[in-house]
Order: sequence, then structure tokens, then C-alpha cells
Amino acid sequence: MEQPIRPVKARRRFVNFLLGTSIGGTLISVLYPVLRFLIPPEVVESAQSNVLAGRVSELRPNSGVIFKFGSQPGILIKTPAGEIRAFSATCAHLQCTVQYRDDLHHVWCACHNGHYDLNGKNISGPPPRPLEQYAVNVRGDEIFVSKG
Amino acid sequence: MKLVRVNGIYDWLDDRLGLEPLAAHAREKVVPLHRHSIWYYFGGMTLFLFGVQVLTGILLLLYYRPGEDTAFESVQFIIADVPFGWLIRSIHSWSANLMIATLFIHMFSVYLLKAYRSPRELTWVSGTLMFFIVLGFGFSGYLLPWNKLAFFATKVGTEVTGVVPVVGHFSARLLRGGDYVNGATLTRFYGLHISILPLAAFGVLFVHLLLIQRMGMSVPRSVEGQQMKTVKFVPNFALRDLMGWLVILALLATLATLFPWELGEKADPFASAPAGIKPEWFFIFMFQTLKFLPAKIGPVDGEVLGVVAFGVAALFWLLVPFLDRKSARGEKSPVFTLIGVIALLYITVMTVIGYLT
Amino acid sequence: MKRDRLGDKPRFEPWQRRVKTAALSAFLLTLLVTWVLAQREPGSATRSPQSVPGAATGKDSCVTCHTTLQNQLSAPITAMQDDVHAKHGLSCAGCHGGNPNEDDASRSHDPRKGYVGKPKLKDVPQFCGKCHSNAEFMKTFNPALRVDQETEYFTSVHGKLSRQGDQNVATCSSCHGFHGIKAVNDPNAPVYPVKVAETCGKCHASVEHMRPYSIATDQVEKYSRSVHSEALMKKLDLSAPTCNDCHGNHGATPPGLTSVANVCGNCHSRQGELFEKSPHKIPFAEAQLAACVVCHSNHEIHPPTDEMLGVGQEATCVSCHTDGDAGFKAAQGMRRQIDELAAHINTADQLLSRAARSGMEVARPQFDLKDARDKLVNARVVIHSFSPAQVEAATKPGVDVARKALQAGEHSLSELRRRRKGLAVSLVFILLTVVAVYFKVRQIEGRGGADT
Repeated sequence: MEQPIRPVKARRRFVNFLLGTSIGGTLISVLYPVLRFLIPPEVVESAQSNVLAGRVSELRPNSGVIFKFGSQPGILIKTPAGEIRAFSATCAHLQCTVQYRDDLHHVWCACHNGHYDLNGKNISGPPPRPLEQYAVNVRGDEIFVSKG
Repeated sequence: MKLVRVNGIYDWLDDRLGLEPLAAHAREKVVPLHRHSIWYYFGGMTLFLFGVQVLTGILLLLYYRPGEDTAFESVQFIIADVPFGWLIRSIHSWSANLMIATLFIHMFSVYLLKAYRSPRELTWVSGTLMFFIVLGFGFSGYLLPWNKLAFFATKVGTEVTGVVPVVGHFSARLLRGGDYVNGATLTRFYGLHISILPLAAFGVLFVHLLLIQRMGMSVPRSVEGQQMKTVKFVPNFALRDLMGWLVILALLATLATLFPWELGEKADPFASAPAGIKPEWFFIFMFQTLKFLPAKIGPVDGEVLGVVAFGVAALFWLLVPFLDRKSARGEKSPVFTLIGVIALLYITVMTVIGYLT
Repeated sequence: MKRDRLGDKPRFEPWQRRVKTAALSAFLLTLLVTWVLAQREPGSATRSPQSVPGAATGKDSCVTCHTTLQNQLSAPITAMQDDVHAKHGLSCAGCHGGNPNEDDASRSHDPRKGYVGKPKLKDVPQFCGKCHSNAEFMKTFNPALRVDQETEYFTSVHGKLSRQGDQNVATCSSCHGFHGIKAVNDPNAPVYPVKVAETCGKCHASVEHMRPYSIATDQVEKYSRSVHSEALMKKLDLSAPTCNDCHGNHGATPPGLTSVANVCGNCHSRQGELFEKSPHKIPFAEAQLAACVVCHSNHEIHPPTDEMLGVGQEATCVSCHTDGDAGFKAAQGMRRQIDELAAHINTADQLLSRAARSGMEVARPQFDLKDARDKLVNARVVIHSFSPAQVEAATKPGVDVARKALQAGEHSLSELRRRRKGLAVSLVFILLTVVAVYFKVRQIEGRGGADT
């Protein structure tokens, strides 16, 4: 015949159960974030100092593409001769975003018709200063841009 | 069967490491219960928060990159892109502040209860050293995200260091890694924060904890000699400690989630200081004192006098057990109590004023 | 060298003596030659006298005599000290002719030596053009300088009236000064960009002066309220236009009706191109309406607002178009497109700001929203095609970007909610543990709680 479990023992078992479960839950609440944190994320680190601006296979000669450099836009250009260059895309005049003109073979700002050559130098129109040029590093198919 | 196996492992280790004296100490350690026992919790709480700092700090340094061009961006990355990065970072920042708060409570309660009196002088000295080390942690860690607020707070802080007579200029250069706050400063502060200060802290902490185990808990003079209850440290007081720690953990999680720590804007050494820059709250009372001092007091710069005064105060604080002869003899020491109360009030009032203005 | 005995003076071999003499001579010769060559170095600032007609060759009687005279007769000497011509070695005789080597007034003022004195107003262009229209001469100073100012001047309204005998029109000296002439890029010159409006205004803003010509005199005042004036005078953006950029400087003429769009289009190139191909071009020309000026004014140009477009109270379109005509519908359509894009951007921006204030990291979507803003700027330019279809093609990609940014903001806020739920769950566990530990403590301590 089964003996009824004494109330004290039952209480002790309950308290132990409560303790065990709650400690388990707490440990999971702590360990789950820590473990997820440790596993490297998918996103490539977007440090300002070295930004993946584009891919060689996707950049046609005589074209330009805007990319994010820190919190500012940059422009990645492949010259008609095939050379890859990168500049700040913020116009030195009134901070519009510049673009590459494949008919003019150089950089142009639509806002007030400012022109920059392929060295970033302001050659015509209102811009008072050249565009800042960035350093370009090609690794395989990936084009990395960093501050010059 | 299970118990035997656990015991088997214990015996195996004990044979090789001599664990039995430690285990015996743990079994026998007691904590007295009296009307001031509540203060006993704060040392352990500070230790717990320090542990949280070490753990979250280690996790952060797996992604953090020191350097003018990378520090801010890496913290931004942690917050935005690393899973639970926001949590780890916010906990690290909040826990630093909570730790300093519990540290102040612990330190002042020990002071006012004169627990530093003989034979616990070295416990006090090691504790004060740890206080300075923790302030160093706070100062160095604050700069690491390389944001505008931190940059200027560090600039002001290192300039104040430079004011100290004789050694000021040299120590400011040593601290900054040069004449200006820049990437070199960041590197130095990083080294300080993750290596030099932790080593110092662990060393001093070990001494501090060892001394406490040897001498047991100090009982305040006002309840000394009375008949009082004691509880075993293991498991009774330890479980109570655990409750406190869990409540603090809950508080940390809540603060980190509902009031995430801001990152702000990246530091720009060439921009002018934004209006109203302040150092972190635990330095405000010093900052405010210096602001109140007149430009010149007699032939001396007000600032120099202020900094020297704080230096003298720190030295006093360090050597209190040796200066308080009355407490050493076991007598009431109202003068030192008064000094402590004044110090506490001064710090509180100055901090409040610093925030209101 | 040899010594026979200690204490003897050293004696040199004959060949050694010869070498010493040769070396010493060569050294002295080199010194002499170097010194002679140095004397021929053109170190001083003065040019060779032959290159500049009438340049002072040390003696300048004009200066020495006129300095002693009073008021108007000595004023030019002081003024010339800060003159660009004087800095290049040109003195009084270079412009006025005469003989600066003669002290006697009649001989120095000799017309046979080319003395012309103070030129009459109508003769000033020729007076200055003596050098400035001479390409061969000007290129010895600066090959990039233009030499057609005199020709250009006579195509201008000023030049034409001057030829007809009008003594009150502007000529070279009216704008450039005469004795203290400064280069155009000198900030103190009256023709420095920032000063141009004031210089033109000396005549053109004077009601008295302009009375015989029936021209308005409020241009300078209107211009001073314009966005171009603000850019030039306040922000010191030297590329911003002033009088001469639209009217020409030497060939000053208001742009003709058909050339206004070209003139504005020099900077606002896209708007100019679009207008030329737009349905407004021909009707405007036929109605004698000056293109850009119709909507934007000429002197008092204000930054355009979205309210100028459409059919509302502030709109310019309804000054010609009425309800029912194609233009009215087009104006409505274009305004709707612009408003839609602006609204999308605004909504996304507000949401992202809210997310950022709650501590979420939204730098990336905020950056992407900048692209939507660029597209809005572009769409406002495309309006000048007056084609709702083209405007829609310009706004649509912007709306897409703004929508994506809005989504990112919403995702951010739902992530925020997820975090708070996670917090609640973990808090439940932690506080439950506290309760459990409390019970455990009570349990092991029995009723009393402690053992003595």
C-alpha cells in the first residue's frame, strides 16, 4: 500500500522543482543571447575604413555606381580605359549627389551643372573644390574602398 | 550511485589539490545577523556586477575594434547587426554604472560602520585601491566607443590631470599617448581597460577576498558583544546573496531593454565641443567642484588647488584605518563619522548640482 | 713634401707647387665668373623698359610734379599706388602719353609725344583698347586674357548709346575705375562678383539717372531679395549669378526673349533642356513670354516651392490655365505625383526617427531614404518637361525607395516589440527564481530562519 507522502517532503519536492525549473529558465535566458551573440552574423562588417563598394564583374567600363561609405554616398567609377576609381559623391557646391555621365566620360552634378574630371577635379560650373578621392583595393571580384 | 561518483571525483581532486581546508572553511563560515547586516550584501553585489562586466566585456571584445577609423563603426555594428549585440552592450554600460553605485554604497557603509578598524586595515586599503581601479575602468571604458560625448569628456578629464603640479604634464601625456586626445589615446585606454586594469583588479580583489575569509565579517561597534544570531554562509547567506543578485540581474535586463544606451555621433577631433559636455556621473562631483573654485586663490591657480585637494582627500581615504586611532582602540570615533557624513553629503550635493546646471 | 730635419720648414716638390697655383687660379676664376653672372640676373621687379611703352625708367616727371599739386591733380598719384597696371610697371605716360623724362609741363604734356590728357567719355573704350585690344601686347602679360572687350562693348546697349553721343552711359572707367584699377579677382575691386550689383546699381538704381531711358530702377533691390543674392552675398558662393552672369559684362544687354532659357540653362542645364523640348517653348515664344521669367521672375528669384505647381492659390500654372484645359489637368497630375513622393518620404522619415529615438539602429534605412530625397529633387526638375508621364517616371522609383525605408522602420519597431517580449519572458524566469530561492531559504532554515 502506498504511504501518503508527508506534507513537508512534498513541499520540499515542490520547492526543489520550482528552484530547478526557474534556475533552468534563467540560465537559458542568459545563455541563449550569449550563444547567439557568439555566432558570427551573416552581414559583413561595414566598417567605414573598408567598404565593399561593388564587384568587378558587375561594373561595366564607362559607368559609375553610388555606394554607402559610412553615412555618406560615394561613387565607384570604371573609366572607359577600365581603371576603377572611387570618390565622395557629395558635390562640393551645395551637397547634391553627383553622377557619372557616360556620354561625357566624367562626373556631373545635375543640380547646377557642375563638372568634375576623372581625377575628381572640379573643371566647370559652380563647384569650388575637387571631390575627395578614396583608395580602391580589388581582391578577386570584390572592390573595397577606404579613405585615401 | 550518483553520489558516490561525485564524491569519487571530489576525493580525486582533493588528493591532488588539497581542497578539504577550503571546503571546511566554506562549511564553517558564518555571517552574523544584526540590525546593520543589510550592508553586508553590497560587497557581494559589487562583485556580481563586476562579474557581469567581465563576461559582457569579453563578449564585446570579440567584435570591438580599437582605432579612430574602426571603433565607432564596430560598436555600431554590434548594436545593429550582431544578434543580441544591443543587449550585451547596453548591459555592459548599465552594469558599469550600477556597479559604481553599489561600490559607493559598500564603501560608505563600511566607512561609517568603521569596519576598517583593526585588524581589517589592509582589507580597507585593498578596497580603496579597487575603488581607484574601478574609476579607471569607468574613465577608460567610456572613451572606447569613440563618440562625441566620450571624446570631449576624455579631453576635459586628461586636461584636469595635466593641472597637477610637477607631475601633471607628464602624466597627462602618459595617459593620452601624446599631447592631444587621438587614436593613440584610444589604444592606450583599450590596453588599460582590457588588460592592465583587469590584472590589477584581480590581484587586489584576490587579496581583498582572502582577507575577508581569514577575518570573517566585521561587526559594528554599536552591536559588538551582544548576543546575536548567525547564519551559515553556505547555503543560507549565499542563497540570500543570490536573491539580491537575481533582482539586480532583472533590473539590468529591464534597463538595457527599455532604456538602451545611446551611441551618439562619431567623434570629430576638429569640431568644436558641443554645449554642455559633462563627464560620467561618478566624476561630476569633482568636475563641479573645479567649476566652483575661483580662477585664482592667492598665488595659486584655483584648479591646481582643487586637484591637489582631491589628491590629498584620496590619500586620506586610503589611510583612514591608520589615522583613526580611536576606532583602532575600539572606541567611538565621532570625528571620523562626521568626516564620512560630510564626504557623502558633499558628493551627493555636488552631483545633483552638476546635473541641474 | 719633405723635411730634412725636425724643425725645418717643409719644402714642396716643383710639381706640387704647380698644382697649387693652378687650383688657386681656377678657384678665383670661378668666383669672378659667378659674381659677373649674378649681376646679370633679373632680380628686381621692374621690367625691361622696352617691353612696356612709356614705362618709367627711374625718372618719372609726372609723379614728381603732380605729387606737389593740389586735390584733383595729385589724387591720381595716391590712387595709382594700389593699381594693377602700376604693379606691372605701367605709369601715367603709358595711358596718357606724353614724355615722363621732361620736367617742363609743355614738353612733358607734348601732344607730339602722344599726350592725350583726360580722355572724353566716348573715347574711353579706345583709350583702354589701345592695349587691351592688342592681342600681341596683352599676351606678354597673361596669354589667357580676352582682348575683345572693346568690340563687345560696342554691341552692348551702353556702347551703342555711347556711339550716338550719350555722355551718361557706362564705359570702361564707370565700372573698373580709372586710377586705382584692381584685378577682377581682388575682393576690393568694384567688379568683384560680390560688388557687381552695387556697381551696376550706381546708375541703374538711381531714378534721376535712369529717367531719360524709361527703364525700371528696382532691379538691384529686387535682386537683393533673391536666392542668388543670398548665395553670393551671404554665403559667399562666388559661383552664384549676379548682373553680369545673365546680362554679360562688356556686351551688357538684357537676354532676348528666346535666349532667357539658354542663359538660365547655363547653370540650370537640365531645366533648360527639358523646357526646350516641352510644350511651353513655342507658345511662350509666340506670346512674347520670356520662358523661365514667366514663372520664376528675373531679378527677384525666390527658391521655388511645391505650391507654385498645380492649381492651388499660390500656383503659377493657373495664371494661364483654367479648369478643363489640358494644361490644368497636367498641372494637377504633376502636383499629385510630387506630393505623393514627398508624403511617402515624410512618413518613412518620421517612423525611422521614432525607431532611432527608441534606441534602434536605423542608420542604413536613413541613408537609403536620402536616395528617395534625391529622386524628389530630380522629379521637381522633371516638372519643366510639363509632362505628367515623365514626372511619374521620376517619382515612382523614389516612392519605391521610400516604401522600403518605411518597411525597414516598421521592421525595426516590431523588433523592438520582440525585444520587450523577450525581456518579459526572462523577467518571469528571474523573478520566479527569486521566489523559489526565498522558499528554499525558508525551507532550510525551518520556521525560525536561523540557527544560533
